[in-house]
Amino acid sequence: MTLTLGKDLVGLEGLSPEQIRLILDTAEPFKEVSERPIKKVPALRGKTIVNLFFEASTRTRISFEFAEKRLSADTVNVAASGSSVSKGETLVDTARNLEAMRIDMVVIRHGASGAAQFLGDRIRSNVINAGDGKHEHPTQALLDLLTIRDRHGRIAGLKVCLVGDVLHSRVARSNIWGLLKLGAHVGVCGPRTLLPRGIEDLGVTVFGRVEEAIEWADVLNVLRLQLERMERGFIPSLREYYRVFGVSLERLERAPRDLTIMHPGPMNRGVEIDSRVADGPHSVILDQVTNGVAVRMAVLYLLAGGRPELADAAKKGAADG
Amino acid sequence: MSRPLLLRGGRVVDPSRAIDQTADVLVQDGRIAAVGLNLAGPEGAEVREVHGLVVGPGLVDVHVHLREPGNEDEETVATGARAAAAGGFTAVCAMPNTDPVTDNQAAVGFIVRQSMRAGFARVHPIGAVSVGQKGERLAEFGEMVGAGAVAVSDDGRPVASGHLMRTALEYARTFDIPVADHCEEPTLAAGGAMHEGLVATRLGLKGIPAAAEEIMVARDLLLAELTGGHVHLCHMSTRGSVDLIRRARDRGVRVTAEVTPHHLALTDHACEGYDTHAKMNPPLREAADVAALRAGLKDGTLDCVATDHAPHAYDEKETAFDDAPFGIIGLETAFGVCHTELVQGGVLAIPELLLRMSTGPARAFHLPGGTLAQGAPADIAVFDVTTPWTVEAGRLWSKSRNTPFAGRRLIGRAVLTVVAGRVVHEAAEPRGR
Repeated sequence: MTLTLGKDLVGLEGLSPEQIRLILDTAEPFKEVSERPIKKVPALRGKTIVNLFFEASTRTRISFEFAEKRLSADTVNVAASGSSVSKGETLVDTARNLEAMRIDMVVIRHGASGAAQFLGDRIRSNVINAGDGKHEHPTQALLDLLTIRDRHGRIAGLKVCLVGDVLHSRVARSNIWGLLKLGAHVGVCGPRTLLPRGIEDLGVTVFGRVEEAIEWADVLNVLRLQLERMERGFIPSLREYYRVFGVSLERLERAPRDLTIMHPGPMNRGVEIDSRVADGPHSVILDQVTNGVAVRMAVLYLLAGGRPELADAAKKGAADG
Repeated sequence: MSRPLLLRGGRVVDPSRAIDQTADVLVQDGRIAAVGLNLAGPEGAEVREVHGLVVGPGLVDVHVHLREPGNEDEETVATGARAAAAGGFTAVCAMPNTDPVTDNQAAVGFIVRQSMRAGFARVHPIGAVSVGQKGERLAEFGEMVGAGAVAVSDDGRPVASGHLMRTALEYARTFDIPVADHCEEPTLAAGGAMHEGLVATRLGLKGIPAAAEEIMVARDLLLAELTGGHVHLCHMSTRGSVDLIRRARDRGVRVTAEVTPHHLALTDHACEGYDTHAKMNPPLREAADVAALRAGLKDGTLDCVATDHAPHAYDEKETAFDDAPFGIIGLETAFGVCHTELVQGGVLAIPELLLRMSTGPARAFHLPGGTLAQGAPADIAVFDVTTPWTVEAGRLWSKSRNTPFAGRRLIGRAVLTVVAGRVVHEAAEPRGR
């Protein structure tokens, strides 16, 4: 039987290791499309996709939009501020209206955990979660996995530590599931106020001090610290956060090995990460962004029913035509 | 006055007098006239054969939300009282978080009138602790009691101020009514949508820690001890709370406490898939909490089962988990859930279950009912405890359908409910509205 992803991509918790590998492998041929002068293949020609963003996003929305356009889909962007949502329309009514317009796919970003699944359970179109509350952000984790695999040639057996605000981070949750399923060792590190209850029970190692995490890890994925966390009282000050948990050059220089440095963006330079680290030789932060387009092309392509072995052919056909 | 009624040949269970035997029950002039073997019905009596069925005092629920006045689209006193009768309840206590708040004698009198007009289960109003449930100034307990209130509560929210809780407990002593508190430390619970634990972490939902409840339970127990007042702790949900109450009882603190059928039957795993029908406050907890609540109910640390019946319009729950309101309906599933989970589950015997669903709550709130003693009001429920049935949300008498038990196969159901000698519910009659 051919391996598929099912109708929606809500999160990595529900995917098998094989399904995750399928997405990563399918992304490989799509990477090259973005390197060409004419960055377009006809794989999703005639498909209509709505990018439904209830929360502000620049990079994720643009990355999806490029992925869609490079696959020749017709796309519409809906931002919450310009939509009927701001007039009090409920999520279920939004879903029904989209359905009535016979769209093929919805990419949704929403502030409430579970919003993507809610939508997916109610419409026939494919739904892709571009971040729901504090739940999951699967395509971000997939591009992180692809970037780690590019850099290290493997994922299994690597030690990857997520540093920072794990409590409020959907990126962290998706990364934990994806990394564990592919056989990595996963650590989390941050002040206890920003680590969720029961996180150890997911099978991750908790580090109370960033120095310990740096000594342990092969890869650090540094999470964005939302500035409002300080206002809400989770940390006393950004200054102290940087002094205690900041990923600084001095701390990395004492590491027993070279660490790969990742960040899902947007960065707060000088808060969670030292600029010299972000811009340094071990940073793959911009590779993550590049891989984001390829991974999202792969997800769109597979959910639309594209067969993985045809991804190469689709690409070649485009090159010929 | 209705005809005399003779219930013949049932298994009569009366926890108030430790009776569990096959007997007849005779009802005359709205009261229990006799319980015994081979009773002869007087001339013109209506005779019902109830062989194989359990005949007990009608169930009493000290915690329901009937939404009237203010949200009559969700429930009214009449539809709630009808649903209660269908669930085997002969008396329910209506919480005052209505709109406007039931915080004065006129508002209390309105509930009483609506209840009498409806004529199903008795509805006893609970008055607010504070004016407008704002947590600032005491409401007029004396006048509300005069109009029919049986307790005071700011339920829906906690009595956050320690000083207000203290004065409420002291002032309520004059009228010998319990102060029922929704135990929740507001700053710890703020923004929470479900139990704080592994499931919440996985779902990315903000949790409400067990400590948010236990801190207030501990405070209320200390204040009850300080004042000598009667504190009633609503919908206990954690093992820590059960432990605190047990120790306070040992010290002689005047405390009564309730637990809901859903906290006895479900855990936070019910929230998986973001099922908003599993969203309630306090939240569904962990298996160890469920076990402790069941043990507490059995040993009497928890006096009673109460449903916290909380109707919401169907579309309010049709939304993201964070945006959905707390609460579920419970009157029509309470006996079935408790009988299936606790009696069939081997935790309680039927007399123990009726003690916790009828006699116990009646005693806790000093209500008539909860007994089949001669001369008591004829508030009776007859239960079928052998035939399975399936919960169909669309066929419930309540105006709302927000139940996590839809589709559940249950054993245990009221087939006849009698209030003051009058039949107010029969399962045989066509259901639906």
